[in-house]
Amino acid sequence: MSGMRIGRKVIEQAQFVCDRVAETARLMVGVPDYDAYVAHRKALHPTLPVMTYEEFFRERQDARYTVSNGRMRGCC
Amino acid sequence: MTLQEKLTWGGVALLGAVSFAIVALARGESVNAAWLVVASVCIYFIAYRFYALFIADKVFGVDVKRLTPAHRRNDGLDYVPTNRWVLFGHHFAAIAGAGPLVGPVLAAQMGYLPGTLWILAGVVFAGAVQDMTVLFFSTRRDGKSLADMIRSEMGPGAGAVAGLGVFLICLIVLAVLAMVVVMALQGSPWGTFTVACTIPIALIMGFYSRFIRPGRIGEMSLIGAVLLLIALVYGRTVSETPALAAWFNYDAKTLAMMIIGYGFVASVLPVWMLLAPRDYLSTFLKIGVITLLAIGIIIVRPDLQMPAITKFVDGTGPVWAGSVFPFLFITIACGAVSGWHALIASGTTPKMIENERQVAFIGYGAMLMESFVAIMAMIAATVIHPGVYFAMNSSPALIGTDPVHAAEIITNWGFVVTPEHLTQMAKDVGELTIMSRTGGAPTLAVGMASILSGFLGGKALAGIWYHFAILFEALFILTTVDAGTRVCRFMIQDLIGNFVPAFRATNSWINTIIGSALSCLCWGYFLYAGVVDPLGGIRTMWPLFGTANQMLAAIALIFCTVVVFKMKREKTAIIMLFPTAWLVICTVVAGLEKAFHPDPQIGFLASASKYGAALAEGKLMAPAKSVGEMGRIIFNNYVNATLSLAFTAIVLATLVFAFIEIRKALGNPKDTTREIGAALAAGE
Repeated sequence: MSGMRIGRKVIEQAQFVCDRVAETARLMVGVPDYDAYVAHRKALHPTLPVMTYEEFFRERQDARYTVSNGRMRGCC
Repeated sequence: MTLQEKLTWGGVALLGAVSFAIVALARGESVNAAWLVVASVCIYFIAYRFYALFIADKVFGVDVKRLTPAHRRNDGLDYVPTNRWVLFGHHFAAIAGAGPLVGPVLAAQMGYLPGTLWILAGVVFAGAVQDMTVLFFSTRRDGKSLADMIRSEMGPGAGAVAGLGVFLICLIVLAVLAMVVVMALQGSPWGTFTVACTIPIALIMGFYSRFIRPGRIGEMSLIGAVLLLIALVYGRTVSETPALAAWFNYDAKTLAMMIIGYGFVASVLPVWMLLAPRDYLSTFLKIGVITLLAIGIIIVRPDLQMPAITKFVDGTGPVWAGSVFPFLFITIACGAVSGWHALIASGTTPKMIENERQVAFIGYGAMLMESFVAIMAMIAATVIHPGVYFAMNSSPALIGTDPVHAAEIITNWGFVVTPEHLTQMAKDVGELTIMSRTGGAPTLAVGMASILSGFLGGKALAGIWYHFAILFEALFILTTVDAGTRVCRFMIQDLIGNFVPAFRATNSWINTIIGSALSCLCWGYFLYAGVVDPLGGIRTMWPLFGTANQMLAAIALIFCTVVVFKMKREKTAIIMLFPTAWLVICTVVAGLEKAFHPDPQIGFLASASKYGAALAEGKLMAPAKSVGEMGRIIFNNYVNATLSLAFTAIVLATLVFAFIEIRKALGNPKDTTREIGAALAAGE
């Protein structure tokens, strides 16, 4: 009984670490957590439309690479 | 601090001191790379625990209760409170690039010790402090950029000077990094083929993630990685089939023109098509390679073959010209201190910090990690035979093109090597020759190949590892060329837009094309001039690049010092004043020496007058083959001299603005910084 509970806990922790690693990899290329975005919109702007993941991805991609004042990526 | 903590830190300090003594004091016998790794890691931990946290608490006075921009302006997109480990990874991926891998390789001509000492001392007292400070200040100002912060804290004049500096650096960085790729790919069909393949691969990835499976980053990166691997392996067949090899065998001048053309086309295309997918590949590859190299060094634990100090500390080295001071300190920029990081630390990271206290972990910590990458590059460059190292990094003007002749010259320098050794090494990595492959990337590739093949694949895979390392460097340098051309284009549009307002519109196709063409023309000029340089462009241009990069660090540190005074923390200002003074001295002396040094190998003006004198006597000097070419070389030297002096002038001008602001701050009993968010935090 308790063995199973410990097992489940380990799996949950492993899942948590894997999720964070995937989140890091996505953020490294400029795409933040989509779930956090949806949660934020639902909580604070429930009446406004929420972007689909595809729209969200495109928006973030453009935001990362479009150069504007104070928005430029380093070289080394 | 509990007794247990005291004992632990005492142990770390002791281990670090012993390892460091072994590294620094060994003479005659070779030192194992493991000691260098242990010494560095101990120093990093101690520096973080006792210096970074001290600065965060005592100098900044971080306030754990104060809401960060990520909370106050949370929009789920730019401003998002982010787990600190996730943000650490993001920040590290953004600051790590080609710089920390190339600089230490070039600095290895003086032996492993001078470069290592600067990497460690530089990161602890200057580089990591700069990154963390800029990150903290930007976090307190809603994630404003460095240029904006300089404008608001030091006035519009200082902002304009800094803006001009960033533009000039961009040009030099693009030219020098492109030169690294040109030098690595000249006469190498295998390398050229694999690097060329990255273009169609990136296009496939781009279309896949735009139309077939939008936003599936993992899938498309996997597809890209597999295709890249196929191209890498097939490259050997290409290089061994003369009919195919002829298609991918170019000299430096042709490659330079191709890269300039690539920069133009790539920067005009929509970002999703080429830039974004290439960036995804290079980012993941970069993290993968760094991890792999770390594992390789730990498992193989190679001996360092280069002496601790070579005779080239006197400034007569073949790799780059100039003595330890000031040129070592600008040769290794990223890895010790890099001005670019100030742009990153005031970019996306401050908008995602959960809590002010994390600036030390993310700003200082990520820079320590970057410094460790530089230490690994230093190890990779010094585990290969010193004779091979000098054969790879000396231009044909110094060692000729015949292995027998080259081996003789290098042996005379005191690094015994046989011609067979040089040809065998070339054969091992699948190249026709490894001589005069300047620019650092090929040397790093040989070093990495020797470490990685030591635990994966042995000699049979050395060729694959070598070209993998070349591919990896070229991949993210080409990403930089694309992104950097866009940055320059934006700045050119902004500049010309002052006189022709219509040129500022960034959504106009004509503006984009003209802007990109102008931008490529500017950096392409320096690239081409470097490629035709008789002594090898790297020898003259790398110090100029280093000066530019460190100039930005000097500006960022001057800004940090000014803000510390404005915060009324002048009692602790020494922490900022010390690295700032050092960087200012290094860049100013280097800038002046590059212009006025009497040795024509170092000073641009001396070189110009040497060619001028020859021309007056009606003589031609290599590489010029006509009077017109002589004239062009003289002109290039004047351009470079002007640039070095411009860098010096920019630093000095910023210094004047800083003195004015610091005087004002000292005369005012109150905090005069322009922070954002304090009142809001109190109200909520």
